[in-house]
Amino acid sequence: MPILVFIEQREGAVRAVSRETLGEATRLAAAPGEAGSGPVVGVCCAASDPGLAALGETGAAEVLLATHASFAHYEPTGYTRAIVAAVEQVKPAALLFPASAMGRDLAPRVAARLGVGLAADCTALAVEGGRLIATRPVFAGKAQQRVAFTGTPAVASLRPKVFAPVSGGNGGPAKVTPLAFAAPEALKARVREVKATTAGKVDLTEAEIIVSGGRGLQGPEHFDIVESLAAALGATVGASRAVVDAGWRPHGDQVGQTGKTVSPKLYVAVAISGAIQHLAGMSSSRCIVAINKDADAPIFRVADYGIVGDAFEVVPALTEAVRALNAQR
Amino acid sequence: MLQVVCIKQVADTETRVRVAADGKTLDPSGVTWIMNPYDEFALEQALRIREAAGAGEVVVVSLGGAGLQTTLRNALAMGADRAIHLKTDAVQPDPLQVARALAAAIRPLDPHIVWCGKQAVDDDAAQVGPMTAEMLDLPCVTVVAAIELQGGTAVVEREIEGGREVVEVTLPALLAADKGLNEPRYASLKGIMAAKKKPIAEAAAELGAPALEPVSLALPAARAPGRVVGQGAAAVPELVRLLRHEAKVI
Repeated sequence: MPILVFIEQREGAVRAVSRETLGEATRLAAAPGEAGSGPVVGVCCAASDPGLAALGETGAAEVLLATHASFAHYEPTGYTRAIVAAVEQVKPAALLFPASAMGRDLAPRVAARLGVGLAADCTALAVEGGRLIATRPVFAGKAQQRVAFTGTPAVASLRPKVFAPVSGGNGGPAKVTPLAFAAPEALKARVREVKATTAGKVDLTEAEIIVSGGRGLQGPEHFDIVESLAAALGATVGASRAVVDAGWRPHGDQVGQTGKTVSPKLYVAVAISGAIQHLAGMSSSRCIVAINKDADAPIFRVADYGIVGDAFEVVPALTEAVRALNAQR
Repeated sequence: MLQVVCIKQVADTETRVRVAADGKTLDPSGVTWIMNPYDEFALEQALRIREAAGAGEVVVVSLGGAGLQTTLRNALAMGADRAIHLKTDAVQPDPLQVARALAAAIRPLDPHIVWCGKQAVDDDAAQVGPMTAEMLDLPCVTVVAAIELQGGTAVVEREIEGGREVVEVTLPALLAADKGLNEPRYASLKGIMAAKKKPIAEAAAELGAPALEPVSLALPAARAPGRVVGQGAAAVPELVRLLRHEAKVI
């Protein structure tokens, strides 16, 4: 049976998370004797084709394209109808979404319309005894849940930055086919505008490197040392809950339970003691660096590398060292 | 104007997770139970809308066993007018089941706005809101960080990667609150006293068949113990060397 993948586009460009999701679909489809072995088919909702043929390179045999004037922006009602139409046509074993802002909003609506279960924000998929099993962090990463599905298709959303895209794919372009679906008459929710809050910056959930600051910085005015280090590393700035609750940083910057769960390749915790809620949200980072003057701070228990010291001395020195390294390249 | 707020009782965020003997669920012993933090933002916003309008009713709905009463009373103490307790002994109903039960309970109320939190901090599924909206055939906006009511329309802002979408949504609608929407109030002593007299209606939760089957719950592998590279700025060159040549992340 085929695997159907929702291809997310924004402003006419396919987003990287879609290629990650296609990558995992390709791996599932290629494994021998598995429930999902079949072609990987994409479904995309857009005002016009965002270059879908190129997805052949990243594993899609075919992409069904649902076009509608209202699809210039995300619109859940019409998107849901289009994806349900694609499911009826393709009859997939599994339907995969990226667990992006869009995917997390859309996948539950589609699953509810199909009357099937959804495993959200998965970090692994596997076929065991002919059944698809999804692994997903719960309690912001304090535990891992594994779930199976009682209906078909199995619907799952996949956490960004966890699954690798494939290259080479089908060795040719994907076939792009128009999808027939019943467009909604009047939209009850429509996007008026998109305000860029972090122009040019990568979102925390998709960042390769994150530098976060905590209460040890003593005030919002001292976040400049965190921002300078982040700029040198090409990183996104994060924050602890204490700092967000104190109003020093916007909520969108919060890492941890009641904030964002992140897994970058490098996480630098500056003056963050490491409350359990914070550790839950960043412990799956590949490499963790802690800078804190309290040698007993819990953050050092999860850090690969720690420096015990005053952030106001250590962080500027680190920034300089990174800049020097950048200059050599 | 009637507003419904869907709330969930969850383990406090300070909880150290232990796995129950069934190998599939949270060991509830010693856990402090609280209202899901995101639901507090939803309830607070509903109360503010009622207060600004000077009229209307806020009804909280939740699923659970007998232990749910404390959380329902807390919601009533914050200012909700009445509660509906959908009774079930299911330890971990899946999101589709919960949405089904909520939709069945909410439909006859014919609300103007249905509120919920953007996700529960236990299963982190973020599904019940949009699923309930789909079943009620309501428009839905999730991750709501700001709201302005303009007659029969709400203009809301939702956080997306690198920005905010400004969405205009026709009411009735379901809205899922994010942190930052407001600053939830604490229940006052007067509110706590008043809550004792407010009605909690009980009904059986119409869960239907499960759509997901829990296989296991496990703690993540512990990280290998790290090392302290050194003290103060003097340790920076060694840290940079390790990041570059050992971890290979810069």
